[in-house]
Amino acid sequence: MWKWLHPYAKTEKAFGLCNTLQPWFAGTFFLLFITGSVWGLLFAPADYQQGDSFRIIYFHVPSAMLSMSAYVAMAIAALVGIVWQWRTAFMTMIAIAPVGAVMTFIALFTGAAWGKPMWGAWWVWDARLTSELILLFLYCGVIALYHAFDDKQQAGKAAAVMALVGVVNVPIIHFSVEWWNTLHQGATITKFDKPSIAPAMLWPLLLNILAFASFIGWVTVLRLKNEILRREIHRPWVKAVLSEKREGANAV
Amino acid sequence: MSALVATELSCTKRDRVLFESLSVTLKPGHWLHVRGPNGAGKTSLLRILAGLSQPDSGQVQWNNHSLDNRYAAALVYHSHKPGLSSSINALDNLKFWCAQHNITVSDDTIFDILAHLALVGMEDVPVRLLSAGQQRRVALARLWLKPASVWILDEPFTALDTFGIKIIEARCQWFVKQGGAIIMTSHQPLNGASETIRFLDMEFKL
Amino acid sequence: MSRLYQGVFKRDMTLAFHQKGELFQPVIFLLIVVCLFPLGVGPGPEMLQRISPGVIWIAAILSGLLGMERLFKDDFLDGTLEQLTLSGLPLYAIALSKVATHWLVSFLPIIFLSPLLGMFLNMNLAMYQALIITLLLGTPLLSLVGAIATALTVGLHRASLLVSLLLLPVFIPLLIFATSAVESAAMQLPYSPQLAIIAAMTCLALASAPFAISYALKVSQH
Repeated sequence: MWKWLHPYAKTEKAFGLCNTLQPWFAGTFFLLFITGSVWGLLFAPADYQQGDSFRIIYFHVPSAMLSMSAYVAMAIAALVGIVWQWRTAFMTMIAIAPVGAVMTFIALFTGAAWGKPMWGAWWVWDARLTSELILLFLYCGVIALYHAFDDKQQAGKAAAVMALVGVVNVPIIHFSVEWWNTLHQGATITKFDKPSIAPAMLWPLLLNILAFASFIGWVTVLRLKNEILRREIHRPWVKAVLSEKREGANAV
Repeated sequence: MSALVATELSCTKRDRVLFESLSVTLKPGHWLHVRGPNGAGKTSLLRILAGLSQPDSGQVQWNNHSLDNRYAAALVYHSHKPGLSSSINALDNLKFWCAQHNITVSDDTIFDILAHLALVGMEDVPVRLLSAGQQRRVALARLWLKPASVWILDEPFTALDTFGIKIIEARCQWFVKQGGAIIMTSHQPLNGASETIRFLDMEFKL
Repeated sequence: MSRLYQGVFKRDMTLAFHQKGELFQPVIFLLIVVCLFPLGVGPGPEMLQRISPGVIWIAAILSGLLGMERLFKDDFLDGTLEQLTLSGLPLYAIALSKVATHWLVSFLPIIFLSPLLGMFLNMNLAMYQALIITLLLGTPLLSLVGAIATALTVGLHRASLLVSLLLLPVFIPLLIFATSAVESAAMQLPYSPQLAIIAAMTCLALASAPFAISYALKVSQH
C-alpha cells in the first residue's frame, strides 16, 4: 500500500493519476446517473403513502450519505497530509471540501423540499436535517479557514487540523442531535423505516448512490488538477503540460 | 565538537522557492554573516536553523543529533520581534524569560546587565513606554543572561544607536573568542575583527 | 514543572491582571446578554425558567469566545511565542498552561456569577445545582477546543469572527447535553448520563487538544 501510494506525494505523479482517473469517474457518473434517475423517477413504483413525492429520495439519500463520506474522506486526506507531510494530500483535502459542502447543501435542499408534502412545512428540526445543517457549517469553517491564509501550504495544514477536529465531532454531533430530537419531540416519524423499502425502489437508489460517489470523485479530480496547476505554475513540468495543451488546441 | 550542521536545505514560501540545496556548517568560533536583499530568505533560513520551522527538505543537526532540548539549552535566538510583553517592565520580562529557559539569575545581575546597556532607571517602566532602540537593548540583554554556545541573531542592530551597536559587537567578539558560534543577518557592515567573520550571500529568486 | 509555573503560568496570570479592564469584559458581556432575554421574550417566570439553561450556556460560550483571541495573539505578535517555543519546555505543556489561564480568567468568574444569572431567569435550586456542575465540567472543553482554533488563526488579521465560525458548530453537542442536564434537573429526573457524556468529551479534549494546539502553533509560526 505504502509503496503504491508514495509516488503520488509528488505533484507531477498525482497530476498523472488524476488524468487517468478522470474519464473513468466521468463515464461511471453519466452512465449510472442517467440509468438510476430515469429508472427511479419514471419506472419505479410510487409509494403507497407518499405517492410520487417520495421519488426525491433518489437525490436526497445519496447526497446525504455522501456528504458525510466526503467529510470523512477529507479528514483522511488531512491526516495523511499531517502524518507524512504530503502537499498533495492537503491539496486533495481542499479539493474535496467544496464538493462535500455542495452535497450537503443538496441534501438540505431536497430534505426541505420533501418536508413540505410530508410535514407541511419547509423546515422542521428533524434530527437528520439538523445534523446536515451542522455538517454544512463544519464544511464552511474548513473552507473559510483555508481561504483566510495567503500561504497555501500553511492554509492546508491549518484547514487539516480543523477537518480532524470536525471529524471527531461528526459522530458526537449526530448522536447528540438524535438525543435532542427524541427529547424534545417524542416519537416523530423517521423518514427511513429500515426494512420497508421495496427492491424495485431500492435498485435505482443504489445506482444513484454510486453515481453521486463517482460525481464527487470526478469533480474532486478536476479541482485537484486545477489546484496543482495553479500552485506549481512556475515549475517546468507544468509549463510543459500547458504548452502541450496549447499546441494541441492550435492543431485543431 | 559541538557543531551545527545543516545539509541540503530547501524552503518554499507561498509556493515560491526561497533557496534549494543550501548547506551551512557552524563550528565553535565561527561568526557567519548572512547577507542578501529583502525577500531572499535570510529570516527563513535562521528560523529553520533555530528549529522554529521545518525545511521542505534537508536536515539540521546539532552534535550529530536532530534539534532537541539540548540544542534549546545551548541556543539564544533573537528575532526581529523583541519577545517582550509590552505591559510589563523590562525586569519582569527578563525574569520570566530566565524562568522559561531554566536559568537561575538574581535581580542584581539583571540590573547590572541593564546598566551596562545604558538602561539605568528603565527597569521598572512598562516596555511599551520604551523607545524602539531601548526595547531592542532589553531584548539583547539575553546575550548576557544565558550561557549558550550558539547565537542566532536576526537583524540585532535595527533601531540601535552607534553606542548600542558597539556594545553588541564587543559582546559578539567576546563570545566568538570564548568558542561560541554566531550566525546573524544585518544590512549594515560589521566593524572590526573582520578576519573572524565569514559571509554567506543569498540572492532573491523568482 | 516549576519552570512551567514560574515562567509561563505566573507570567500569563500577571499579564491578565495587568489588563484589569479586559479581565471583566467577558463577565459583563455575559450579564448583559442574559439580561436581554427577559426584555426580548417577555418576563413571564415560567417562560424564563424554560429557556434559562440554553440562554446561560449560549451566553457563556459567546463570552468565552470573546476572551479567546488574547490566548496567543499578543505573545505571537511580540515574539514571546518564539522564545517560548525555543525554551526547551514542551509546547503542549505551554499550551495546557495557557488554556488553564484562559479558563481561570474567562470562565471561573462566570461560575461565580451564575447564582445571580439563575436568579434573574427564575431557576430553582435543582436546576441551579445542575447548571453549576455542567459549567464546571463543560467550560474546560470550551477553553481546550477553542485554543486549537485560536492557535490556528493566530497569524491572521481580524480572525475573531472566523474563530467563532469555526468553533460554534463544534460546541453544539456540549450545548445540547448541558442544557438537557439542567432540564432533566428541572423535571426531577436523574441527569448523570448527560454529565458523564460531558465529562467524557472534556477528557477526550484534555488528552488530545494540547497536541493539536502545539501542532497548530507550529503551523502558525512557519
